Amino acid sequence: MKIQIDSEVCQGHGRCYDLAPSLFGDDDEGYGQVLRTGLVPPGEEQSARLAVANCPERAIELIEET
Amino acid sequence: MAADERFARDFREARGEEPEGTRNEIVTGPVSDWAADFSHTEPEWAADPYPIQDDLRQRCPIAHTERFGGGWLPTRYADVAAIAYDTERFSSRSIIMSNFRPPRDVAPIGGSPPISSDPPFHRDARKLLLPAFTKTAVARQEPATRALCHSLIDAFDGQVVVDAARDYAQHIPMRVIADMLGFPPADGPQFRQFVENTLEGINLPPDERIARMSALFDYLLAQIHDHIDNPREDLTTFLINAELYGRKLEPSHVAGTMALLLIAGIDTTWSAIGASLWHLARVPADRERLVADPALLPAALEEFLRAYAPVTMARLVKQDMQWHGADMKADDWILLSFPAANRDPAQFDRAAEVVIDRQVNRHAAFGLGIHRCVGSHLARMELRVALDVWLSRIPAFTLADPSAVTWSTGQIRGPRALPLRLG
Ligand code: HEM
Ligand code: HEM
Ligand code: SF4
Repeated sequence: MKIQIDSEVCQGHGRCYDLAPSLFGDDDEGYGQVLRTGLVPPGEEQSARLAVANCPERAIELIEET
Repeated sequence: MAADERFARDFREARGEEPEGTRNEIVTGPVSDWAADFSHTEPEWAADPYPIQDDLRQRCPIAHTERFGGGWLPTRYADVAAIAYDTERFSSRSIIMSNFRPPRDVAPIGGSPPISSDPPFHRDARKLLLPAFTKTAVARQEPATRALCHSLIDAFDGQVVVDAARDYAQHIPMRVIADMLGFPPADGPQFRQFVENTLEGINLPPDERIARMSALFDYLLAQIHDHIDNPREDLTTFLINAELYGRKLEPSHVAGTMALLLIAGIDTTWSAIGASLWHLARVPADRERLVADPALLPAALEEFLRAYAPVTMARLVKQDMQWHGADMKADDWILLSFPAANRDPAQFDRAAEVVIDRQVNRHAAFGLGIHRCVGSHLARMELRVALDVWLSRIPAFTLADPSAVTWSTGQIRGPRALPLRLG
């Protein structure tokens, strides 16, 4: 599973880095950033989904890998 | 240091005595039909707007009024979101729905950037503020905020009944923003007056409004002069020195942004803290659960923001158009109710209930799109610390007298008198 933020859509609400601080961080203007490569380590799928579901701008994309 | 020429004369002189713009007849009094004559300044709305909004969402999702020179009230999440995102057709030239429309040529900057600004200027005015308000930056205010909350509760000094709005909630954002702007903490009560004047007096005669507005700008100008003489590490000095497009900011931009931070920062957060305590005073099960399990607080706080969203904004329609079936005219108001959006059952399960452990909560209390509240990380920190300290010190409390609770009128909603019985 991979996560990715559309920086055109993100407005820096920070719900992602509040809810899933091991997957998301912020830049120096408060916009959300995917940590490392965006690959979700096993066991963290649930918090990735929580962040996606709570982003008010629907800026986070979750790519399920088959 | 040489005097800063920009502030040598009162920048308001350039604007003339009376601001240009258009005024309409002021209409007050009971609302006949909320779908065709709504008013957010009547007591019925202040006391409890949610049944009105829920009813409108079902029978007339974009309500109309002739008051305030004409306006519309969308109550569905989808319509509120669409308008917030559509800065091409809806302007932020004025964000307070009143009887005065500023002249069109104030766009795209407006009186208090960035909230009053439209693209493309908006982005640059906003960018200036963002670094000071990130989650990391506002964390620096947390120890002082926590200490302040404790000292407010210490001052209750054994009283059995306290007014949690006046003696607790109000002081927290007032002190935090005064510290960030570098204003003397003792000036707190004065800010309160400014805030009330701006947000709650919208149906007063123009002369009186102008006099009240002038008092705020006199105060800000005095602070600016003091900061020019004695620069320090705070937002006022930062704004005085900030540059945009290679030049220092216009004096009216500096003062307008200071006014915005003062006004946007205080009433809103005061309302959010107060409404949360009001809820917990009425619903013992939620209060007991939070006391027993403080780890629930972050989720509960988002739910309080959803259910009791304190902030409603306004927009002005740019041109005559048909919009989702409404026959909108240029300069009609849109009352952009984030609170109504937050209670739309099409967007939220159990929308009318307060579910303190709600997991999926894509609420719009801090707005949507380019104007997302710059202070949201600061407000969340203040709300979390205020509730955390209160619940740890005062785990049991109830409404002392439900009929004595009063709510602010206008676009910022929260308790202004909240007598609580402690213990
Ligand atoms: C619970 C407290 C708060 C709530 C619910 C709230 C809500 C909002 C909302 C809904 C907007 C969007 C305006 C629009 O779409 O026109 C906004 C904008 C803004 N807020 Fe807040 N606010 C709060 C606290 C604060 C604080 C503490 C500050 C700063 C000290 C602040 C500063 C701002 C600024 C500067 C903007 C304008 C952003 C822009 O236009 O780009 N707010 N706020
Ligand atoms: C450079 C900054 C500003 C200046 C010089 C300014 C000046 C004025 C003046 C002279 C009026 C009276 C207009 C009238 O009613 O006839 C007014 C009205 C008003 N201003 Fe400001 N203002 C500024 C910034 C702000 C800010 C930051 C806010 C709030 C966030 C604000 C909110 C209002 C409201 C709500 C009215 C009421 C409109 C009405 O009369 O119904 N203003 N302003
Ligand atoms: S929650 Fe959404 S809008 Fe907010 S910072 Fe994360 S990606 Fe951006």
